Amino acid sequence: MSALLSVTDAHVGYGKVEAVRSVSLEVGTNEIVTIVGANGAGKTTLLSAIMGILPLKGRVAFAGQDLARLDIEDRVAMGLGLVPEHRELFVTMNVEDNLELGAFRIEKSRAKASIERIYTLFPRLKERRKQLAGTLSGGEQQMLAMGRALMGEPKLLMLDEPSLGLAPIIVADIFRIVTELKASGVSVLLVEQNAQAALKIADHAYVMELGEFVLSGKASDIAANERVAASYLGFQHEGASVL
Amino acid sequence: MNTTIMLFLLQDGITNGAIYALLGLALVLVFAVTRVILIPQGEFVTYGALTYASLASGQMPGTAKLALAMGITACAFDLFVARKTLHGRLILRSVLANVVLPAIVLALTISLAAQKPPVAVCIALSLVIVAMIGLYLYRIAFQPLAHTSVLVLLIASVGVHLALQGLGLLFFGAEGQRGPAVLSGAFTAGALRFTGQSLTVYGITIAFIVGLWLFFGLTLYGKALRATAVNRLGARLAGIRTTLSGQIAFLLASIIGALSGIMIVPITTLYYDSGFLIGLKGFVAAIIGGLVSYPLTAVAALFVGIVEAFSSFYASNYKEVIVFMLLIPVLLLRSLAAPAVEEEKD
Repeated sequence: MSALLSVTDAHVGYGKVEAVRSVSLEVGTNEIVTIVGANGAGKTTLLSAIMGILPLKGRVAFAGQDLARLDIEDRVAMGLGLVPEHRELFVTMNVEDNLELGAFRIEKSRAKASIERIYTLFPRLKERRKQLAGTLSGGEQQMLAMGRALMGEPKLLMLDEPSLGLAPIIVADIFRIVTELKASGVSVLLVEQNAQAALKIADHAYVMELGEFVLSGKASDIAANERVAASYLGFQHEGASVL
Repeated sequence: MNTTIMLFLLQDGITNGAIYALLGLALVLVFAVTRVILIPQGEFVTYGALTYASLASGQMPGTAKLALAMGITACAFDLFVARKTLHGRLILRSVLANVVLPAIVLALTISLAAQKPPVAVCIALSLVIVAMIGLYLYRIAFQPLAHTSVLVLLIASVGVHLALQGLGLLFFGAEGQRGPAVLSGAFTAGALRFTGQSLTVYGITIAFIVGLWLFFGLTLYGKALRATAVNRLGARLAGIRTTLSGQIAFLLASIIGALSGIMIVPITTLYYDSGFLIGLKGFVAAIIGGLVSYPLTAVAALFVGIVEAFSSFYASNYKEVIVFMLLIPVLLLRSLAAPAVEEEKD
């Protein structure tokens, strides 16, 4: 089976500093893949480069097509979506306008139906649909950012730290929705510091350290890995060595 | 001073202020969407005005040829950039919009100019010609620089202004021109005399502001433009092309500029270089509005117009000086009120 997204030998740098080195990864159809790692490991940089925000050396293919010559908007049109760490909402516009713009490239009739679907997924957004995006709480903003990305009907949604700074109850909600997305046929590439929660819902996982993947495998195997448990899951198996 | 003079000056100021308001709004729009400080806005004014005046007096305006030349250049840019991924539809679209359209307009202009077409036709043709110039200008001068700093865009903007002004001299000569009134006739109300032309200015300004408000508030493209202004990256992630937003912004700015020119040229004689000063006054208003606020810009523009009218009465030699001096207290206040701004990141 050919992967939906495949990244081969990717290098991403800021000037002379290489923030991501020789990284390869695959996301299959209908799969949740997670990249876990500490702050500053290069996870956000990698997602930005896959989306076309940062230049990338190496090969990125999506749905069998090389993305090298395509800019952000083309990638969106192909079905690649990104919910960035800072959400990048249209803060002076209301919730409904934000969602409507998410479907900028989608047919109007289909966009109408999508908006209802988003409201079923996030009832909170429906309650606040005339409220300005900038006045929403952090959790609601995260929901809106996800909703806006979903309005573009992505085949693969990349989520950058969706749980960052949110209350535990909202985090649980967001992770539940990620699994629902998978059930509805959207693949997810999830970048998280909250490794425990991410590994629980993912099919496949990569562990990133200092710009490189140091481990990869089935999420359940990674979660059981002693080194990962020690470094990222906050507990130590008996006899495990920290690095 | 007696009340009559004051009322006259106020009326005069509001008429000019209405024009500055339109220009100021266009400047805010273009800056918010593309980060370009549109110095050539004044050239859109002169091009619109003088194209209209030339057509009305039965002369062939050079701007129609300029539009075709710029269109061909824009098309060449399009094809060069997309050379690796060329396909039929893209080529067809670019050729139609950039070459066929201005060619048709040029042919129309040549055939109509000699017969002194009616005012409405002159207005329509002038608007179309200047709108095309605005659109191609974005493609040629600013789209390739879209990701550079505000300073680089400003330098390009100054360059474009000088180039267009020079071309203006070439097309229209050093002589000033006046155009026929859009609406002739006048009526008096008390001590005030309203000409059809000043009423046209009020009417069109109000209609345009309402139109812009509806466009930004209700249509998907209007919202996309606002979205680009609020958050460029967010807009791109939603699939809104920065290029598309830039094109719409420039199209609107050039139409607003040309329309302003067509409204003033029956009132004042315009020269090839008059637009710059008119545009600068819109710019004063836009600065007072902080280059972000549309309502504040519109109000400030009326204020600029009124100050100008009064200073031309009391100290006509210092008229411009007084108007531009308005900037100093505004900038001072803004610099005190605003926290230190970091150099922009993108």
